[in-house]
Amino acid sequence: MTRPALVMGAVAYAPKVITIWEGFKAWFAGQGLGFDYVLYSNYEAQVEAQFAGEVDIAWNSPLAWVRAGRMARSRGVSVEAVAMRNTDRDLRSVIVVRADSPLQTLDDLRGRTLGVGAIDSPQATLIPLHHLRAAGLAGGRDFAVRRFDVLSGKHGDHIGGERDAAVALLAGEVDACCMIDGNHLAFGLDGTLPAGSTRVLATTEPYDHCNFTTSPGAPADAVARFVELLLAMRWDDQAVRPLMYLEGVRQWKPGRVSGYPQLETAVDEAAFYGPDGAILDADYHY
Amino acid sequence: MPTITIDALGLDEGGLLLVRRALAELPAGAALTVRGAGPQWATHLGAWAREQGHEMAMRAGPDGAEAVLTRGPWAEGRWLGAMATGRSTLGPGEEPAARADPAWGLAARGATVEAGSPPIAFGLSARDEVWAVTAGELYAQAAAGQWDPQTAIDWDAPFDLPPAIEAAVAQVMTYLIENENAALVVPARHLGQVHPHYREVQQALALQCADEARHIEVFTRRLGLRGHAPMLSTAGGQASLHSLLQAPDFSTATFLLSVLGEGSFITLLTFLQAHAPDPVTRRICRLAARDEARHVAFGMAHLEHRLAAQAGYRTQLQAAVEQRHEALAPTAGLNEEVFDALVLLAAGELTPEAVARGHAAVQQMKADMAAGRRARLLRLGFEHEEARRLSDLHTRNFM
Repeated sequence: MTRPALVMGAVAYAPKVITIWEGFKAWFAGQGLGFDYVLYSNYEAQVEAQFAGEVDIAWNSPLAWVRAGRMARSRGVSVEAVAMRNTDRDLRSVIVVRADSPLQTLDDLRGRTLGVGAIDSPQATLIPLHHLRAAGLAGGRDFAVRRFDVLSGKHGDHIGGERDAAVALLAGEVDACCMIDGNHLAFGLDGTLPAGSTRVLATTEPYDHCNFTTSPGAPADAVARFVELLLAMRWDDQAVRPLMYLEGVRQWKPGRVSGYPQLETAVDEAAFYGPDGAILDADYHY
Repeated sequence: MPTITIDALGLDEGGLLLVRRALAELPAGAALTVRGAGPQWATHLGAWAREQGHEMAMRAGPDGAEAVLTRGPWAEGRWLGAMATGRSTLGPGEEPAARADPAWGLAARGATVEAGSPPIAFGLSARDEVWAVTAGELYAQAAAGQWDPQTAIDWDAPFDLPPAIEAAVAQVMTYLIENENAALVVPARHLGQVHPHYREVQQALALQCADEARHIEVFTRRLGLRGHAPMLSTAGGQASLHSLLQAPDFSTATFLLSVLGEGSFITLLTFLQAHAPDPVTRRICRLAARDEARHVAFGMAHLEHRLAAQAGYRTQLQAAVEQRHEALAPTAGLNEEVFDALVLLAAGELTPEAVARGHAAVQQMKADMAAGRRARLLRLGFEHEEARRLSDLHTRNFM
């Protein structure tokens, strides 16, 4: 079998992933780019596949980007973040309490329980815990951490962990919980967190989310063409708009790496990955 | 720069509506200042703007921080190439589109449909295959003419029938129910295939199904009113009805079921109304006949439209009647139990004189049915001789 010009890895965190990439594959073919995709059940396998030469590029979570960067540096090769969604830029996470909670400052969290998302969720676990640590509060030492693990290995792509934590917050099972800012709005709109029932205790610094990460030695021409086509993709185009909608993107942007230092630090603080990308957290099963 | 103030209204409490409406007033690239006083408004607005592709920046305003939203071009893009889907209300003489686009899907006729909407395959998406000029009118009549089986019929009306007569009623009801089952299933099978663009047809068929559902109910209730169980259903009767389900298309099915079958049934129900031995049977046959008249009117109107648009379709109708006749030739036609029951109901008693009267009445009814079929075929433009021939080929099972 002839290998297409570009093979991309994606994580199957939801059934729509197939719809999205089958659609984009056909669209890329129409633009003359031989493209195919391989689905992985988790980001760890996907990043490892990048280094095993299985895929030329990967649609990576921010955490997968961090790991790919570490693996590349330790091996003396390079990976690049070449494109991302407009919606991947400048996200913030929020730490939320019930509206009538006595907690007014982060310091009030001492001795309390914080609900976080999946063990590998940048937005609902790693970055909020880093934010608290920067304020002098360490999970497990100054406050208890209760994890709402849904689909480990998917790096928090599945919204379920954040939702479960939010529900637990309302039920009084935890004193505070963490989620991406957009989900706080979404949970308000869909009734998970009735409007006015919660209050934002803290907001993290902005950070970036997913990116297309090239694999070491990826074919430069095909990658360049892929990025060129992505950036040319128009929301006006009905052929791709439903796919862009499913993917949560209005416009593809060039990749940038300025939005990941916060997560890098969070990963070190949590001893999640080693400097070489080795998985250190013994509780992490995927 | 326009400014809106959402005060303490949360974006998750309706505040988004105010923001969206204000942004919609602006061209892409223009900016809107948003001032809020709620606890999370800026966080939520930032998250929303990111998701929607609007730029947002915070700055100091006269009353604290305010957001500057720059409208992205995405909302316009979404409606490029959107499809017009005709007029919601048709004027006099106006017709819906000759072909309904699958991509119009389930949208209201007249709605603007976003390009890229999923095509939905409706088998009946050509106007001439379903349309009837009076469909809207007949639907309105049907909507106004719906009756409640519980209150429209005095189920407690006193009557007492000899066992033989009650049994005859039960046999006729058994027969009516199976015919009404066909009269429900045939349009129901087509209903789901009608493109919603042909709304009036969809609505008329939906109420036709509702009518038949009611008929099935009242015939069933009358059957059991004095404790009788349902009686006999024959192979010939079912074969005749089965052939309606096998009609090759909507027009042919409508022709066989409504124009020929239900048309004949009106005569039968009128006969029963005249000869029914009890007030409940009289009443339900009267109500059912009124509904059936609308179904026949729809069938006629559809066939008139179809034949006006496609004169050659007449040959297909002829062939359908002939084929059905051939297919049913080896079957017995109307079962003798039903025939005898009808005679007995018209006779009222089991004396030779009365039975002679009853028999004559049933013969007259059959002649009336044939005359009615001929008249309808003539109205559809069949020649005199052809109308007679086709009418005579109609199933002996009436429906």
